[in-house]
Amino acid sequence: MTIQTVRNLRRTSQVVFFLIFFWLILKTSFEVDLSPAEASDIRLPYPVSIALELDPLAALMTLLASGTLYKGLLWSLVIVIPTIFMGRFFCGWICPLGSLNHWLSAFKSERKSRRGKKLLDSNRYKPYQRIKYYILFFCLGAALLGSLQAGLLDPLPLLARSIGTAVLPTLHTAALALAAATRDTGIGPLAAVGQGLYDVLAATLLPFRQAHFHGVVLMGAVFGLILLMNRVYTRFWCRGICPLGALLGVFSRWAIFGLHKDDKACSGCNKCLLACQGADNPEGGTQWRQAECHMCLNCQAACPEGALQFKFFPAKVSTKTNPAGTAKVDISRRKLVASVIGGVAAVPLFRSGDAHEVNRSPLVIRPPGSLDEEAFLSRCIRCGQCMRVCPNNALHPTLLESGIEGLWTPFLIAQIGYCEPTCTLCGQVCPTGAIEELTFAQKVGDEQTPPMRIGTAFFDRGRCLPWAMATPCIVCEEWCPTSPKAIYLQEEVVLDREGREVTVQRPHVDPALCTGCGACEYACPVFDRKAVYVTSVGESRSEENQILLERQV
Amino acid sequence: MERRDFLKRTGPAVALAAVAGSTGLVFHNRETTRRRTVFAKSTDFEVPADPSLPILTSATNPDPVAALNAALDGIGGIGRFVHAGERVVVKPNVGWDRTPAQGANTNPELVSEMVRLCLGAGVAEVIVTDVSCNDPRRSFLRSGIREAGEAAGARVMLPRAEDFVEVDLGGKVLRQWQVLRHFIETDRLINMPIVKQHSLTRSTVGMKNLYGILGGRRNRLHQEIDQSIVDLASFVRPTLTVVDATRVLVSGGPQGGSLDDVVIENTVMCSTDQVAADARAVEFLGLTGQQVGHIVLAAQSGLGTLDFRNAGFKEIA
Repeated sequence: MTIQTVRNLRRTSQVVFFLIFFWLILKTSFEVDLSPAEASDIRLPYPVSIALELDPLAALMTLLASGTLYKGLLWSLVIVIPTIFMGRFFCGWICPLGSLNHWLSAFKSERKSRRGKKLLDSNRYKPYQRIKYYILFFCLGAALLGSLQAGLLDPLPLLARSIGTAVLPTLHTAALALAAATRDTGIGPLAAVGQGLYDVLAATLLPFRQAHFHGVVLMGAVFGLILLMNRVYTRFWCRGICPLGALLGVFSRWAIFGLHKDDKACSGCNKCLLACQGADNPEGGTQWRQAECHMCLNCQAACPEGALQFKFFPAKVSTKTNPAGTAKVDISRRKLVASVIGGVAAVPLFRSGDAHEVNRSPLVIRPPGSLDEEAFLSRCIRCGQCMRVCPNNALHPTLLESGIEGLWTPFLIAQIGYCEPTCTLCGQVCPTGAIEELTFAQKVGDEQTPPMRIGTAFFDRGRCLPWAMATPCIVCEEWCPTSPKAIYLQEEVVLDREGREVTVQRPHVDPALCTGCGACEYACPVFDRKAVYVTSVGESRSEENQILLERQV
Repeated sequence: MERRDFLKRTGPAVALAAVAGSTGLVFHNRETTRRRTVFAKSTDFEVPADPSLPILTSATNPDPVAALNAALDGIGGIGRFVHAGERVVVKPNVGWDRTPAQGANTNPELVSEMVRLCLGAGVAEVIVTDVSCNDPRRSFLRSGIREAGEAAGARVMLPRAEDFVEVDLGGKVLRQWQVLRHFIETDRLINMPIVKQHSLTRSTVGMKNLYGILGGRRNRLHQEIDQSIVDLASFVRPTLTVVDATRVLVSGGPQGGSLDDVVIENTVMCSTDQVAADARAVEFLGLTGQQVGHIVLAAQSGLGTLDFRNAGFKEIA
């Protein structure tokens, strides 16, 4: 097999894995044509979380933080074990964000001028590439104390949440706006084009209904910045920031596969350097860096002299003109320790504030089946798949609601969508078990088990129609899904402004029955700030966050 | 400076200033209210009255399909209501993410039989649709209505945001409102409610089921619920109302959930009179039509008769 063939294989692999990843995200959705085997428990037909379960960083960090390797995360060994022998092939061949960066790097507007010295220079190994190790060891330190921060910068969750909560909803909004704008022109053919475009997108990429996510601009901006940086440095993210790349670099410490340089054949043309993705010093006379190499094989293909060759057991002997490659990562033990300590120190800092313990936000209503807050934060990688799959657009990424520590973890905004009483999809797609997979009986409850509770509803009597305005309305009671209903009505005769007697039914909540699903808040007609609202108190997952003495957790 | 030179050098600036000035003047205080297209079309889908036939039939049979056919035959058969080439919309209650046994949504067996009967009469197409309260994907799936409708050959349409049109309903409290397109663009409408208890209206049967044609924020309608139901029933005149009283949700309505709240009655009713159908149906809830505000108001508004027993009621065992 020639090197060109192998390189084409790599290109194919990049495209295929990107498409698989994208397809899995698209399928992380409640589709209209699902046919459940049994009506009581609706399950997704594909194991969509596999895309994230392959992630060694998520596996290692949740293992450190929670002490267990959840379910499908064992799949990450499929990446880890070959990496130990072969190096960072994942970055060059599989990683969907890496591929995206790879492709965008190739489309620099000034690529002509960058063919020369500037590109050569930017492709040489640089000290900024150490940042990713600092990030990795910082996250590691935080994970040791049970705070999982790696998910913020882990490429697989990052790409999954960016596509699911920022890119696709933005596309949806844009397509709808375009269809409306073309329709408003009143020009038939133009309107048909706008509508046709929307219909095509709706049939292929867009979910059944437009989703709106909380504070998603920041997420979109981060993603956009990562993509834009490719214009400045080829694969800046992969080289400098990515903690998964750093982890795989560390794992390649004893790799037996690598670059063999024949310095006698090297003419010093630097064509290898021009094509280099990882900035790992492939050119003659420099020390090749195993931990930086993405195994893209571009250098070998570019070398006109045949001086570069990837092979098993490459020579480790330095010659006069050419130092042998190194598998060591370029970060001193001192800095490594300092990074870990930084991560370790960050956790008490996060938690010494009030948000974590004494003044937890009542707004942080976690998805049903979520672990207790500490355990939850030790597992959630912020992949956003629970938010994407939620049929009611109820789950959203937090900004500061659960503190800096919990940035982009899921919470429920009942005003936008409520928790569908019989739905268990968020737990089905969670790759790390931050949200446990619930059975139908665990979710709705039966004779033995209480239903899964995520909070409790309260009335704002100053805004409620029967309470404040002598006006009939029982919408909250109508929507209350528990049996018997947690919201009950009491008939009362009140006086209206003219002093006439009006009979209204005033709603009350029975906290022993309320599951906090938020259907009442969603349905309440007082549109901007609802007259009935849900807060997290009473949630099944917490022992302290309770109202009732006798409630069984 | 030469004149020519002067003109050349000031020309672009003057031109830009002129554009800026005229743009300001042209758009100054311009009305920017968005155009709202209001749809107005007859939504009277009724067939001519036939004095030789009852206005309400009721059939009881453990087999819901047999009950439906018996009740329908008693009121003139399917051929009286739908005709070859017509478009028919069947509107069951698919409000909630509940199973058929829980009695919150119309019995899917009745829906599929109704679709089959219409297609057997040679209609062009049958659409089954409803504006669910819960997520429509889950509601249509779990209610079994999606499967039942499609198996029988209907198009089951889950409402999408873009399928609503602004309609002038011309009622006392219901004026301009979002209506699901399919209910406007049809020749015949078959309303297929289920009988349920409701805390505000005491009962929800046929006329209340018409809420399901509306989009928008219909939770505000509860403030004038009786009048808004009557407005809706005056605007939409279904061809036929088929009341599902095979399972009756006697408490915990309209969403239900507990099987303890469901009473098996094995009854199907067919009616050309919306008021009569509702008045008979609420008897399953231990009420009379006289006790239900919107039914009384509908009768007063001339939508039908409360006194169905003297106006042509046929019970089939």
